[in-house]
Amino acid sequence: MFLVNSIKTFGNYLILMGRVMSRPQRWRIFFRQMMREIYQLGVDSIPIVLLISFFIGAVICIQMKLNVESPWMPKMVVGYATREILLLEFSSSIMCLILAGKVGSNITSEIGAMRVTQQIDALEIMGVNSANFLIMPKIAALMAMIPILVIFSIAAGIAGAFAIGKFTGIMTPQDLIVGLQYEFNQWYIWCSVIKAIFFAFVITSVASFYGYNVKGGSIEVGKASTDAVVSCSALILFSDMILTQLLMQ
Amino acid sequence: MIEVRSIYKSFEGQEVLKDINALFENGKTNLIIGKSGAGKTVLLKCIVGLFTPDRGTITYDGRDMLSLGKKERLLMRQEIGMLFQNAALFDSMSVLENVMFPLDMFSTMTYNERLQRARACLDRVNLSGAHNKSPEELSGGMQKRAAIARAIAMNPKYLFCDEPNSGLDPQTSLVIDELIHDITCEFGITTIVNTHDMNSVMNIGDNILFLADGKLCWEGNKKDILNTDNKTLNDFLFSSEILRHVRDMEKK
Repeated sequence: MFLVNSIKTFGNYLILMGRVMSRPQRWRIFFRQMMREIYQLGVDSIPIVLLISFFIGAVICIQMKLNVESPWMPKMVVGYATREILLLEFSSSIMCLILAGKVGSNITSEIGAMRVTQQIDALEIMGVNSANFLIMPKIAALMAMIPILVIFSIAAGIAGAFAIGKFTGIMTPQDLIVGLQYEFNQWYIWCSVIKAIFFAFVITSVASFYGYNVKGGSIEVGKASTDAVVSCSALILFSDMILTQLLMQ
Repeated sequence: MIEVRSIYKSFEGQEVLKDINALFENGKTNLIIGKSGAGKTVLLKCIVGLFTPDRGTITYDGRDMLSLGKKERLLMRQEIGMLFQNAALFDSMSVLENVMFPLDMFSTMTYNERLQRARACLDRVNLSGAHNKSPEELSGGMQKRAAIARAIAMNPKYLFCDEPNSGLDPQTSLVIDELIHDITCEFGITTIVNTHDMNSVMNIGDNILFLADGKLCWEGNKKDILNTDNKTLNDFLFSSEILRHVRDMEKK
């Protein structure tokens, strides 16, 4: 039964995506909507991304210092490990998990509320492809903004690590800088950005799917928001495993 | 003119509409009345194309809506205006933007022409002072009027209203009813109103359809309705003390 329901849900998701991925009826309105979404989904997420990344960067640095550093390891290993964790996993996957909570629930509740108040029916009656009109700008906006959020997250994480090194004196900034620069591979940043772009699509499309298919009232909207965040998180973790394998080979 | 022939609709095996036949003429306010759960909203949603009936045909001035292609149906939708039960104005837009929205999407007018048209529609429904307000700043009656302005922005041939008076006081309901009736006569459009407000029936019912248990039980106008001998309709209508009084007055 679970398998049948899952296949059914996936089929409905593909049908919805088929409607979403059509040509916008008015490009001018599409770009206007997209700019609005860039602000709401992307720019509004910058403070939380900076805040979380800064402290996680600092915490990673402390943990590395306490658990990894030993007399037979070079001092720069703390900076090196911090950089690798931030680049390879935190600033793409973990940050997208956080965004799935913030952005995903926002999208589901917005579209779900439009569904239960018949605003989506109003669009359909007018002859507007409501799926394309509501969902496409969100997908495009977050996919456009996510590389910027990834870069901000990496920078804030490194700043956090640097700040904890400087102000607590657990390590010298010079050791940290040497570690941060040690055997730097530019491809890792690209990996992070590629993964995050894929996760941005997952977050926006899955959250929109849950919102678009809400039936009932406000309780169902709340339930759909929770389901959307859970599904987005599971899909991000699952696809992270596959993408990491593909990109890091 | 909209013609509905032998419409059947069921949900999960339960028949909601059974063999509905009706004709909705131009320039007339057609009312669909009935108890809650009688199938009024389902019938209206079938007519506008939000639900697909299991059987039957729906023709808009001779065009069979159910057999139209995607493109033709999209074009036909631009001839339809709809007023929803809770107005369904877009929260993210101001009142003026709401009214301009269908024009922005489908008209070839310039920005100034669209703005003028939207302002004219808002003036028509006496909302000239509310252009820049957001929908939640408006009262229920004002929201309904803004939704009517949006519905008529594209000069529709067909206007559908789903319980336009729900949640409104009798005085505001009267204003909305008269507005719908005036617009119908003024533009010669085909209007279908879904209601269980008996004041609307007596005020604007040019053609009235009474549904009970998914079937069409009675059809007539506001003059006939008080003198009908249809028991189901009488039970529905005269459960109201006021209407019983009106009927007795008419008889005297």
